[in-house]
Amino acid sequence: MTVPVPYRVVAHRVDTPDTATIVLEPADAALPPFAPGQFAMVYAFGVGDIPLSVCDIDGPRLAHTVRTVGAVSGALHDVRIGRTVGVRGPFGTGWELSEAEGRDLVVVAGGIGLAPLRPLVLAALATPERYRRLNVLIGGRTPDDLLYCGEPWQAAAGVRVTVDRAGPAWTGEVGLVTTLIDRADFEPPRTAAFICGPEPMIRATAADLVHRGVDPDRIRVSLERTMHCGTGHCGHCQLGPLLLCRDGPVVGWTRAEPLLMVREL
Amino acid sequence: MSVVRHGFLGALAPGHRDRLLTFAREACFPAETRVFEEAGAADRFWLIRSGLVALDIHVPGRRAAVVETLGEGDLLGWSWMFEPYRWHLGARCHAAVTAYEFDAEPVRLACAEDPAFGLAVTRCVAEVIARRLKATRTRLLDLYGFPGGGTP
Repeated sequence: MTVPVPYRVVAHRVDTPDTATIVLEPADAALPPFAPGQFAMVYAFGVGDIPLSVCDIDGPRLAHTVRTVGAVSGALHDVRIGRTVGVRGPFGTGWELSEAEGRDLVVVAGGIGLAPLRPLVLAALATPERYRRLNVLIGGRTPDDLLYCGEPWQAAAGVRVTVDRAGPAWTGEVGLVTTLIDRADFEPPRTAAFICGPEPMIRATAADLVHRGVDPDRIRVSLERTMHCGTGHCGHCQLGPLLLCRDGPVVGWTRAEPLLMVREL
Repeated sequence: MSVVRHGFLGALAPGHRDRLLTFAREACFPAETRVFEEAGAADRFWLIRSGLVALDIHVPGRRAAVVETLGEGDLLGWSWMFEPYRWHLGARCHAAVTAYEFDAEPVRLACAEDPAFGLAVTRCVAEVIARRLKATRTRLLDLYGFPGGGTP
């Protein structure tokens, strides 16, 4: 798990102007199975490695959506089919969807935060008898920045989408993703919520859900810090008492909230 | 979802909610209908029961820019409560809309005559304004943009 395993790029799809999804297949032995919410350290050989959450898990195949923001993400965004990358993992905590059985599900994603939530939604759709109502609420910057548009699961899940800035062709909702919570169909005391996105969006969303009556213990959020070793040794991803590569990235809101209120933690 | 249980009406105590609803009449707007124009007289307001309304700002030489959309359970219009009673945004139906429609003047009069009712309605309107202000400020952060600003 601490040594990168070679994976071959078998598919590459450009999602938005700065985001692409790559599908990886083990070149030899596969890593242990990933759970939704966990992440891998993915190497662009000769450039470096970055943490990427899995956006699809299909047997030994892994898919990662990568946004180009630096040298490594840029190299992975542009990687060609047939090339080999290194993968370490699985790392961190998952969404633990099984603990939400019998409840309404509220899944709230902001921007590229939809990537780690995608396998969670797919898992919920695959076993609908285990859950009550499924609400998937997505916020994006503009219509052009929305991920996975047109994928069949979005219609199956009855996804609601809003954007911060709309062009003239957009006929959907405009506003912060929290506005969608008011229109979602769920019974707060019987709800489990899953949130991923920029930290201010996570805080605003969790606060709104708690205000609506959702138990903070039933809200799980995915946090981001500088993951490096992936094994809880280097301390780069420390958030107070947590090492997010080991104790996160998925953390209960009851534990996360007081830590996120501390500046520069 | 019930508009009475959630949204603006859901925030009112049952007695005040029932009293407010005595002023309501049902209204329907086909898709693409303009409900009101920016700077027009704010003499009514609506509680949306279904559909989607876009709030927009006139920009010379361009199509009106949509700044926010409102849907089921939302209060459409609060300029009716504060002088000079002029809409500071325009509103157009994105999809067919059903709503409770209220004339502003009798509601303002009832608020003035019954301070408890007036306070309850004013607090609910203020809460709507506060939530929209908070959401707008959060959107100003451009959270989903390139980290640190600029382009990758």
